[in-house]
Amino acid sequence: MDRKRFVALVGAMAIVAAACGGGGSPKPSFNVPTSVGDGEGALSVLAWPGYVENGGTDPAVNWTKPFEDATGCKVTVQVFGTSDEAFSLFSTNPGKYDVISASGDASLRLVRAGYVQPVNTDLVPNYADIFPSLKNKPYNTVDGVSYGIPHGRGSNLLMSRSDQVSPAPSSWTTMFDPASPYAGKVSVYDAPIYIADAAVVLMSTKPELKITNPYALDDTQFAAVVDLLKQQKPLVGQYWVDYTKQMDAFRAGDAVIGTTWEVIANLLKAETPAVPVEIVKPVEGATGWSDTWMINSKTENINCAYKFLDHIVSPAVNAQIAEWFGEAPANAKACQNTADPGFCETYHASDETFWKDVWYWQTPEANCVDGRTEVKCKDFNAWVKAWTEIKG
Amino acid sequence: MTSTDARPTGNSMRRLAGWLDRHARVRLAMLLAAPMGWLVVAYLGSLTLLFLNAFWSRDPFTGQVVREFTPNNFVEILTNPLYRTVTLRTVAMAVAVTLTCAVIAFPIAYYMARVASSRTKGLLAVAVVMPLWASYLVKAYTWRLILSNDGVLNWLLSPLGLRGPGLGDNVIGLWLVFTYLWLPYMILPLYAGLERIPGSLLEASADLGGRGLTTFRRVIFPLVVPALVAGSIFTFSLTLGDYIAPSLVTTTQFIGNLIFLNFGVPDLPFAAALSIVPLVIVVVYLLVARRMGAFQAL
Repeated sequence: MDRKRFVALVGAMAIVAAACGGGGSPKPSFNVPTSVGDGEGALSVLAWPGYVENGGTDPAVNWTKPFEDATGCKVTVQVFGTSDEAFSLFSTNPGKYDVISASGDASLRLVRAGYVQPVNTDLVPNYADIFPSLKNKPYNTVDGVSYGIPHGRGSNLLMSRSDQVSPAPSSWTTMFDPASPYAGKVSVYDAPIYIADAAVVLMSTKPELKITNPYALDDTQFAAVVDLLKQQKPLVGQYWVDYTKQMDAFRAGDAVIGTTWEVIANLLKAETPAVPVEIVKPVEGATGWSDTWMINSKTENINCAYKFLDHIVSPAVNAQIAEWFGEAPANAKACQNTADPGFCETYHASDETFWKDVWYWQTPEANCVDGRTEVKCKDFNAWVKAWTEIKG
Repeated sequence: MTSTDARPTGNSMRRLAGWLDRHARVRLAMLLAAPMGWLVVAYLGSLTLLFLNAFWSRDPFTGQVVREFTPNNFVEILTNPLYRTVTLRTVAMAVAVTLTCAVIAFPIAYYMARVASSRTKGLLAVAVVMPLWASYLVKAYTWRLILSNDGVLNWLLSPLGLRGPGLGDNVIGLWLVFTYLWLPYMILPLYAGLERIPGSLLEASADLGGRGLTTFRRVIFPLVVPALVAGSIFTFSLTLGDYIAPSLVTTTQFIGNLIFLNFGVPDLPFAAALSIVPLVIVVVYLLVARRMGAFQAL
């Protein structure tokens, strides 16, 4: 192709790009159902791995079949690895997934974009038994309207190799200290939402910044948090998304301290030979997750969706999922249904003091989520850009 | 089919064949329609879509693509020093890997082409190609084990009191991994190029008093440059676009990682704009390579 023609082609492409305008956000308009009828025969689910098991992972682990048998709704499951991936799948395939298990850093985005619809909690009988502290939260309720059913929660924890880290750490600052003896062996969750973890640290180490909510950071606060993370970068030996990779790193000693999930520590301890790891919720508090089952605003299987929501948070199933995944169940009655009678205690299911300083993942917005109106906060887009820059 | 015409298919087929025989261009068009369609629709089509996407933007909160023309993505890429740093780092890595591969590949290729018996030659060729039979992912993960804290490399180096580069905040490990992964792509074209040099030229050089080094510098090297450049196209472009190996063995980011990150956000328009960067670099590289005769050596 000669140069003139090439230039012409590029020009033509640009014109087409400019011409393809329009196509804004879908305007949400919903008819919230007042009763649940017969199932439509099918249901497509987008879920965190381990939330909807149909015997595919382990033939003995299957809480989808009883649901299918009882309702006639044939369930298909698609799993995702991060909230961002979930949002990406849900938004680029409108109408494909009827229900989604959304963490707080995805749920609000789904609501704002009109991808999910309000949920009539009266039609979900098991909603009554959900822990009150999980209901009507900013990540599942907007303007007093409920957008989903709480599923379960967990806290991000500080994990260390007890044979190599002493004394056992009790503060996140061990992961941020430039003079740390564990430089190069720090393991960090690889997502923009990790910025909130550094904000939690600054809440206690730099009270003068007046951070009251790690997801509501104005310009000054945000700059301080980003600085802290940039200072941490040389210490980091691993950014992990896939939890098996973090397990590899701790097993091999490539990482000796890092942010983790309870289930990862439990798996490592259960290995033969056991990997000597300790977990702690640091003194500063922690970030965590509280997941919500939501319904697609474009669903054609609304009855199956409601039946599914009720099934998934029913005491027996909620207990099964919590134990399989390793998190605290949302249904208070689930604690009587766990195979391990001490399970709910281990995971602090009803221990509200444990959750008091756990900041559930939430999408940062320009209108500060802590209620401040005199300043603008950094929105999620800014968090993403900052995360890219932190990693250099 | 009607009963009056007993062999309609045979007749019309013959007529069609005759017609095609007289119309060579139609014949050619039919032959090329499928591959050309594939090239235009699947290949150039997706490139065009990529290019279009790069000029759109993303609604910051809902994450939806806003289909309005804006050059903002490219402005961001050109003005934010982060993208310059990462681009330079990626190109530097690609150059380093290419040079290393060339240095390692040359003796092997030379031995295969000019010294080894045909039996050894065959064995060596198999040995070089063999790693390509294993999945790229398997090899990359294996290098994680090799470079890991209690991995093979540290075990080998420990008697000397040395330690390997490890998996953290450095790129030495990644450089080793890339060099290993792409080496066969350098050896094979070099081998072909070296084998094509007539032995008489080397003899002539020796007759004229050229010693080994002089012969290499003035005869072999100039003749093998196109093959070298051909091999470098693979090592360079494969390194430029990879994001899996970096994400496995280092915490440092390369262009591919940034594209992948934006893919997950999802900010597809920005990911598309970022994808144009390595694309432009490779196009420039290919134009230079063509000047140096690499395409005749492939």
